[in-house]
Amino acid sequence: MSKSTIRKKVKSAMKKKAKSAIKNKGKSAAKSSVKSAARSRVKSSAAGRAGSAAKKKPRSAVKRKAAAPVKTKSALRFEIDGKACKARAGQTILDAARDNGIYIPVLCFYKGMKPAGICRMCTVKVGGRNMAACTTPVAEGMIIENAIPELEDMRKAMVEMLFVEGNHMCPTCEKSGNCDLQALGYRYQLLAPRFPYMFPQRNIDATYSKIMIDNNRCVQCRRCVRGITTKDGRNIFAMTKRSGKSTIVADRELEAKMPDDLARKAMDQCPVGAILKKEVGFAVPIGKRKYDAKPIGSEIHN
Amino acid sequence: MSKPVVATASLAGCFGCHMSLLDIDDRILQLIDLVEFNKSPIDDIKTFTKECDIGFIEGGCCNSENVENLINFRKNCKVLISVGECAIMGGLPAMRNGIPIRECLEEAYLNCVTVDDKIIPNDEEIPMILDRVYPCHEIVKIDYFLPGCPPRADLIWEALTALLSGKPINLPYEALKYD
Repeated sequence: MSKSTIRKKVKSAMKKKAKSAIKNKGKSAAKSSVKSAARSRVKSSAAGRAGSAAKKKPRSAVKRKAAAPVKTKSALRFEIDGKACKARAGQTILDAARDNGIYIPVLCFYKGMKPAGICRMCTVKVGGRNMAACTTPVAEGMIIENAIPELEDMRKAMVEMLFVEGNHMCPTCEKSGNCDLQALGYRYQLLAPRFPYMFPQRNIDATYSKIMIDNNRCVQCRRCVRGITTKDGRNIFAMTKRSGKSTIVADRELEAKMPDDLARKAMDQCPVGAILKKEVGFAVPIGKRKYDAKPIGSEIHN
Repeated sequence: MSKPVVATASLAGCFGCHMSLLDIDDRILQLIDLVEFNKSPIDDIKTFTKECDIGFIEGGCCNSENVENLINFRKNCKVLISVGECAIMGGLPAMRNGIPIRECLEEAYLNCVTVDDKIIPNDEEIPMILDRVYPCHEIVKIDYFLPGCPPRADLIWEALTALLSGKPINLPYEALKYD
């Protein structure tokens, strides 16, 4: 979506309701669209969301203006673990937390992809209720709990559950050192899971031409389903079967035509080692991999 | 006061974790001052001669001998530690867990191209292979876990010194790795 179309959209929203309050939001939406070209997909959805939020919100915005005439009228004020934070209207808790230098762990969320709220790793407490930070928009005056012992232990338990539910053998995995699940284990200093190992029987499908799919390691975050498409927008990956039997499959025809960089992207976007690009492996030596020296999320903590 | 006694064993493991224990470099001199070794491949004592304070277990349980050995360790050690991925979750040997035991044996002793005498060994002298590889904590109570393949020497050292001094363990980010 181009900048001008966003402006038009916001303008039409402005006409409908309180003009002065929305103007600032329109500006912020347009500003966010300029911010990064790589986030084009989310940009459109975020802008759309900002627009719809703008439609809904004018009353509270006007109220706020009357109550406290501050410089940043468009910013929503909220709190994470006692820290005062600001967010743009329509921003999710996760996004806003990152902008404020606060790390909320994620697995299924991937920057630039529309959030889906599948893994619940980003669960935070909003007013005492558990909410997925990646899909919940920030509201004015929200009091959010994030790094509290209860939630941190729950997240650790979730990592443990994922470890015992599949067959995650880090020493034999090509993705080791670049794996988000493993990195979360490191972050939470997970020494051994509290749950019994299930040793499920799953298949490895190496019959594809560009990639391999190892269902032993899949955590079903659907990053590949949501994020890997052909140039004309066709999905390459999909889920098949139901419940505990559901697995990831790839469209053979489209997969065979995948350019190398897209296959690489599929491997990189997979938070675990379920999707591996063929004919390369262990390219980065131990010590130089993504999570060898710094914990996951350290790029967000400033 | 006598020194704390340490015992170690490698069950279904590759001795890599024992190598990592030796990888503490010059701290090995401190180690000798700190503890006394009993049943261990390091000093080649084959049977327990006294009650031990700390037992390090490398490797999971893939046969009856491993199980007996592990139970023996639990009886003779006050504190038992699972060292390495194999002891914690079965590790590399546990890759056979999805394959029926008959298929495993047939592949190894009957169908493999390099097999000469096609016979599945079955002798009283040979430990009985288990249906799957078991993590140690599924057989006996394990007190602590040190992950890694092998666990970094620093991790083993930190754990041992923390245990001996009674202080909380210092876990630097680089020391805790699963590979």
